[in-house]
Amino acid sequence: MTATDNAESHDIFAAEDAYAAERETTEGKVYTVTGGDWDEMVAAVDPVNDERIIVNLGPQHPSTHGVLRLVCEMEGETVRSIRPVIGYLHTGIEKNLEYRTWTQGCTFVTRADYLAPIFNETGYCLGVEKLLDIEVPERANVLRVIMMELNRISSHLVALATAGMELGALSMMIYGFRDRERVLDLFEAVSGLRMNMAYIRPGGVAQDISEDAIRMIRDFVEYMPKGLDDYEGLLTGNAIWQERTQGVAYLDVSGCLALGVTGPVLRSAGLGWDLRKTMPYCGYEDYEFDVPTRTGADAWSRYLIRIEEIRQSLRIITQGLDRLEPGPVMVEDKKIAWPAQLALGSDGMGNSLNHIRHIMSQSMEALIHHFKLVTEGFRVPAGQAYTAIEAPRGELGTHVVSDGGTRPFRVHMRDPSFVNLQALPAIAEGGLLADVIAGGASFDPVMGGCDR
Amino acid sequence: MSDSTSDGEIQPVGQEARGLFGVSDTGDTSGFGGLVRRDPTGGPVVSTPEPLGGYFDEILAAVREGLGDEVVRAAVVDRDELTIHIAPDRTAEVCRHMRDDESLRFELCNSVSGVDYPAQGTRLHVVYHLTSMTYRRRVRLETAVGLDHPVVASVTEVYPTADWQEREVYDMFGVVFEGHPHLTRILMPDDWEGYPQRKDYPLGGISVEYKGAHIPPPDERRAYK
Repeated sequence: MTATDNAESHDIFAAEDAYAAERETTEGKVYTVTGGDWDEMVAAVDPVNDERIIVNLGPQHPSTHGVLRLVCEMEGETVRSIRPVIGYLHTGIEKNLEYRTWTQGCTFVTRADYLAPIFNETGYCLGVEKLLDIEVPERANVLRVIMMELNRISSHLVALATAGMELGALSMMIYGFRDRERVLDLFEAVSGLRMNMAYIRPGGVAQDISEDAIRMIRDFVEYMPKGLDDYEGLLTGNAIWQERTQGVAYLDVSGCLALGVTGPVLRSAGLGWDLRKTMPYCGYEDYEFDVPTRTGADAWSRYLIRIEEIRQSLRIITQGLDRLEPGPVMVEDKKIAWPAQLALGSDGMGNSLNHIRHIMSQSMEALIHHFKLVTEGFRVPAGQAYTAIEAPRGELGTHVVSDGGTRPFRVHMRDPSFVNLQALPAIAEGGLLADVIAGGASFDPVMGGCDR
Repeated sequence: MSDSTSDGEIQPVGQEARGLFGVSDTGDTSGFGGLVRRDPTGGPVVSTPEPLGGYFDEILAAVREGLGDEVVRAAVVDRDELTIHIAPDRTAEVCRHMRDDESLRFELCNSVSGVDYPAQGTRLHVVYHLTSMTYRRRVRLETAVGLDHPVVASVTEVYPTADWQEREVYDMFGVVFEGHPHLTRILMPDDWEGYPQRKDYPLGGISVEYKGAHIPPPDERRAYK
């Protein structure tokens, strides 16, 4: 006798029963016995379930990774819907660029994603150089690569530090910022500034690197693997860290592509898409490094990928230092190359006294040239270009349009933070509120880049 | 002094050319660039003569084969980048074909951005940058609308990533994307008036007096042409 026959022979069970609903399965009929109709009674009295509340997280909140506002509809601890609200850090960088010269543009774009200033500058300068149709000297290219990889390390360190802080691993916050400070010291030694350096300029870089700075970078490359071992000792084997990140904020490859998510998040889902390998720029095709991927597609995989990417960046930096050949760091065309030179003085990086002596007391023509190029700038042939580079958070695209004048006609930055943040509802809805924080931290959005 | 830059002609960069620093009246010393703009893209878009070279011809052929010859209004190759100009009401259709066709496979919509060319009748341009990860190719789609009817078909159904990016273009340029699920402002406050990235949007600012000298707001200063 089959299960169905059995059920038919007992008519009393076949009737609709509020206390024991029935359904067909491959194993036969299954009865789900609940404690009663209490839920229905509550729903009848209050059709809007009073368990549902709206939690407004941010825009000023230490766990939202910047001035990001999240409107969460909660049912108990479960997030039913989440709506990110952005724009609190909109500073009109793209509009401002249209009223400055092409060179001054560097000082604006560098302030967009403030954790990855070198990437903003490089993306923008590659666009301008594409419009100008110029090639930068080899030494400048190598310096750009070294600076970008240093910047990738400092950005990932902040990602690890803030993720640690947001999940309660405060030691990681201290460690991460401590080591980021070392990278910022390197930036200061190379460019004179710790953040927002405007070091990468159309046509090359602002100034040559000093022997001292090279020595400091080599020391750092030697030091950093020990730091990474420290973080791994702190977090990787940590049961709480694993519980908070493993299987959390899942987003697979098709989800990433549909939502345009790139960078470590895409690579954590298994697709090794890294523009340094797939569409090389700045001579990345000549460096030996691996693109780490994992298949977990969760916050844990993204953490491991960031750690591994720092190790790969160290490899690239070492190769870059070995490739540094003496030579110019700016194009030879004096109609484009920035005339002012900086030099390291007793009080830090400043104007080169030799250059000032030259323009102020030796050559009237040099003074005129300096003045005209600095105040008016150079012209860029009309047209548009799109350049994309692999920033720490994903593809940083720059769409540059020129009308043939001395100022950009339009610059649009496709910032990975902006695009990736769209995917937050996809990873957070249906999960716990605490996982919204873990998921957001694993995306590592920077609101300065997101809102520009 | 005759000024070769004032007639809108562009001097090649990197050559000794008179007018590179040319000014027709007194020079500006504020360091601020001025706001008189020449728009060399004021004329009609001129297609690059075919063959375009590289993989560009394959893309163009696949688009024409799938959607008909008339869908491509113009195809321009400039600085090794292919731009396909299409009609504003066909963006979604073209994007769907670009994504799904076996020989195109543009899986990723990188960027949607707007550009305002005030000299043109259809002055608001929307530019889509697509990437094919399968073939490692890039292409740019461009469409243009006028202020009287600034409506472009939304591509959010094809590329969900265009959601926020189309909202940004709406926010900054006032382009309306038909079929977008919730077209609202995204970067500017909800009650903001005007579209800040349009070229005729006033910068604001007031004249400032300092020790008897008046410094005009940015868009009224003298500047290089």
